[in-house]
Amino acid sequence: MLRAALPLLGLPLAGAGATEEPTQEPGSPGEPPPGLALFRWQWHEVEAPYLVALWILVASLAKIVFHLSRKVTSLVPESCLLILLGLVLGGIVLAVAKKAEYQLEPGTFFLFLLPPIVLDSGYFMPSRLFFDNLGAILTYAVVGTLWNAFTTGAALWGLQQAGLVAPRVQAGLLDFLLFGSLISAVDPVAVLAVFEEVHVNETLFIIVFGESLLNDAVTVVLYKVCNSFVEMGSANVQATDYLKGVASLFVVSLGGAAVGLVFAFLLALTTRFTKRVRIIEPLLVFLLAYAAYLTAEMASLSAILAVTMCGLGCKKYVEANISHKSRTAVKYTMKTLASCAETIIFMLLGISAVDSSKWAWDSGLVLGTLFFILFFRALGVVLQTWVLNQFRLVPLDKIDQVVMSYGGLRGAVAFALVILLDRTKIPAKDYFVATTIVVVFFTVIVQGLTIKPLVKWLKVKRSEHHKPTLNQELHEHTFDHILAAVEDVVGHHGYHYWRDRWEQFDKKYLSQLLMRRSAYRIRDQIWDVYYRLNIRDAISFVDQGGHVLSSTGLTLPSMPSRNSVAETSVTNLLRESGSGACLDLQVIDTVRSGRDREDAVMHHLLCGGLYKPRYRYKASCSRHFISEDAQERQDKEVFQQNMKRRLESFKSTKHNICFTKSKPRPRKAGRKKKDGMANTEATNGKPPRDLGFQDTAAVILTVESEEEEDSDSSETEKEDDEGIIFVARATSEVLQEGKVSGE
Amino acid sequence: MGSRSSHAARIPDVDSIRRETGFSQASLLRLYHRFRALDWNEKGYLSRVDLQQIGALAVNPLGDRIIDSFFPDGSLHLDFPGFVRVLARFRPVDDEDNRNRDPKEPEPLNSRMNKLRFAFQLYDLDRDGKISRQEMLQVLRLMVGVQVTEEQLESIADRTVQEADEDGDGAVSFLEFAKSLEKMNIEQKMSIRILK
Repeated sequence: MLRAALPLLGLPLAGAGATEEPTQEPGSPGEPPPGLALFRWQWHEVEAPYLVALWILVASLAKIVFHLSRKVTSLVPESCLLILLGLVLGGIVLAVAKKAEYQLEPGTFFLFLLPPIVLDSGYFMPSRLFFDNLGAILTYAVVGTLWNAFTTGAALWGLQQAGLVAPRVQAGLLDFLLFGSLISAVDPVAVLAVFEEVHVNETLFIIVFGESLLNDAVTVVLYKVCNSFVEMGSANVQATDYLKGVASLFVVSLGGAAVGLVFAFLLALTTRFTKRVRIIEPLLVFLLAYAAYLTAEMASLSAILAVTMCGLGCKKYVEANISHKSRTAVKYTMKTLASCAETIIFMLLGISAVDSSKWAWDSGLVLGTLFFILFFRALGVVLQTWVLNQFRLVPLDKIDQVVMSYGGLRGAVAFALVILLDRTKIPAKDYFVATTIVVVFFTVIVQGLTIKPLVKWLKVKRSEHHKPTLNQELHEHTFDHILAAVEDVVGHHGYHYWRDRWEQFDKKYLSQLLMRRSAYRIRDQIWDVYYRLNIRDAISFVDQGGHVLSSTGLTLPSMPSRNSVAETSVTNLLRESGSGACLDLQVIDTVRSGRDREDAVMHHLLCGGLYKPRYRYKASCSRHFISEDAQERQDKEVFQQNMKRRLESFKSTKHNICFTKSKPRPRKAGRKKKDGMANTEATNGKPPRDLGFQDTAAVILTVESEEEEDSDSSETEKEDDEGIIFVARATSEVLQEGKVSGE
Repeated sequence: MGSRSSHAARIPDVDSIRRETGFSQASLLRLYHRFRALDWNEKGYLSRVDLQQIGALAVNPLGDRIIDSFFPDGSLHLDFPGFVRVLARFRPVDDEDNRNRDPKEPEPLNSRMNKLRFAFQLYDLDRDGKISRQEMLQVLRLMVGVQVTEEQLESIADRTVQEADEDGDGAVSFLEFAKSLEKMNIEQKMSIRILK
């Protein structure tokens, strides 16, 4: 049975290993039974899993080696390095075994390697951003891919008619269209791999990335339609077949999305009841998402769409239902699996390229394809953007368009699809394979290498280059903060009627059904009570003689105060805050006079110390960095300071809110959240809510900030660091009180 | 936009607001809907608490000051014209506006000077027209993380005021402030694209 699994795992029945019978089988006739063997070589029994493990190990070791050198990784995206490594390894294997052994098998790819990546992207996709830009994404995905496919295919056919493609490439218009359809799809794996190293603004990222995910449906349909047309023979294609083709586009995409949503619903529903079996929560998430993928694949619908929709749809409810530890487990596992799969894909791409028996070269075809995909993509992007900008709130400017057209990378999906072609029906398959390999390598390596400098160059070209004074640095930050705040006040994304309606529907029906009852109930009432409760709690606490800032005698951890920084020497600061982006690093180097030195030190202090305004230039689907500690820490600090200030101003307006019942409940540092449940004396006999502290606040923060659905702002109130934020342990009496008089 | 009437006629005094702020009809409508959405218990005006409920402002170092700037002269209620008036400063600067403008009319709310004035007011809390060293220190405290000590902050504040102060009075007046920022592209930095 194990041997049967080998082809599935993409490993050919390796050489001698499987074909020979184990020589040590006792009882074979005619041989004296061997003595008891002390040591037997059981290679064939462990071969399959061992090889798989070995591959993954090699891939991980390669990653470690790459990241040893920061200089290299800052210049070269990881995907390039992996492909090159694959080439090298493939060369070695070829030289040693005289035949190419390991290939990127389409079966393995579609069933095992692609799902983790898509799941990871779908789950961590910023849904707000995605839906805001859905129009643009859909346009590029559907119209753009169709445009690319047809124009590339037609252009290549034209090239053949013009005689630039050698006649040994026997392909008709349909064949070229088929080829065009599989080569024109932007690949999510490649896009993710490259874009997360290049920090473009999030709108741009989500558009390109969303496009790469959603065009799967179009690609699948086009590929199948063209494939079946080719099989039927171009003479037999009738008008109804064209119509069926168009209809299947809708069926595939909407069907895939529907499958995903069904599974998302199931997943959310099941996690509602896992309170007592917390340990299986991560497993559920993965299993149901994978099941969505496989179901869609089975029904030949768009599997990528299914998984994406599943991730997008379930996230909110799942996050509210599962425990904190499960959330972490899910996050880490997904990222690990996805990262692992990505590495293997790129390595296998490199290795597969080495096997020259599978491909045949034709210069005209190759060069033509390269040129056409770049040209038609750029043209397509420009045209569509021009149309879209008439409708968009925030128009996409020229730089965005350049990045979009240049960032349309092709990757492993195209390669897998081309391998799947049937050589008997499509005699030109080998030429197509070669072309695809070249295209994929070109986009990933060349475009991947150059996109970062390109982006930098384009941006730098716009801004002026001058050395900022202290004033300018400070004020620049001020303005950024002001702008971010005003954008938030305006509701940067504008008013959306449909989103409002959706949220109402969600609140009334879906959340009730899918979210754990405690989470849902708290969330609903908590908002209007939370703020007042916090302030009241804190005021009463302070009134009863506790000083917020003093840490003696209180278990409340004090706010980090400025004077507690031990080391104030300049060298220490320089060592610590090694932010490479500081302009003043050059200043430090050329320091001469004392005045200049002082100047430089201050620049450095300011630079390292200033809070960064809300990031508009971060890629949110990063594979390598799980959490952004700096951003979270900053958010925490600012939040605490703001709350403290509001508290002080609130207190100074002399409210006489008197409440004898609710005791302040300072939290012991390091106390486990679940133990907080025991602290229910004040709840008037009602059963303790099983909601941990973090769930309350987590849910609150997701309610309160429309923009922060995807942020892990639940991290802001971990064990160590509550500051002013007392638990809004919504006691029943408070909830019954409803609104508090006055503000 | 569905069942809610999208008539601009529902906005009170829409014409005078348009003239004063220069917003387009569509932008005003959008802002009006946002105003209504923020005013969740339909009082017809906004209070500080309503603005504080915007989660993202709680993690913005200048969030509170910006909220305060919406409530000039210590008022507690913010009505729609007031809301829009503040936001008008963040309209992108349109060159056409400037060319067609009648020089006798007051400067449009989103001119460079007015943008700078808005920022200046954030610093100058006591409204004496100058940013004293103390006020600069306060802003620095808001905006800089906790790893920088008090002494360092004070010296930074000193240097900053010194750099900009030209007439030597130890404080930064509005003109000095504007001069120190003459190289900065304020029109771009203080404009929100969606507010046309």
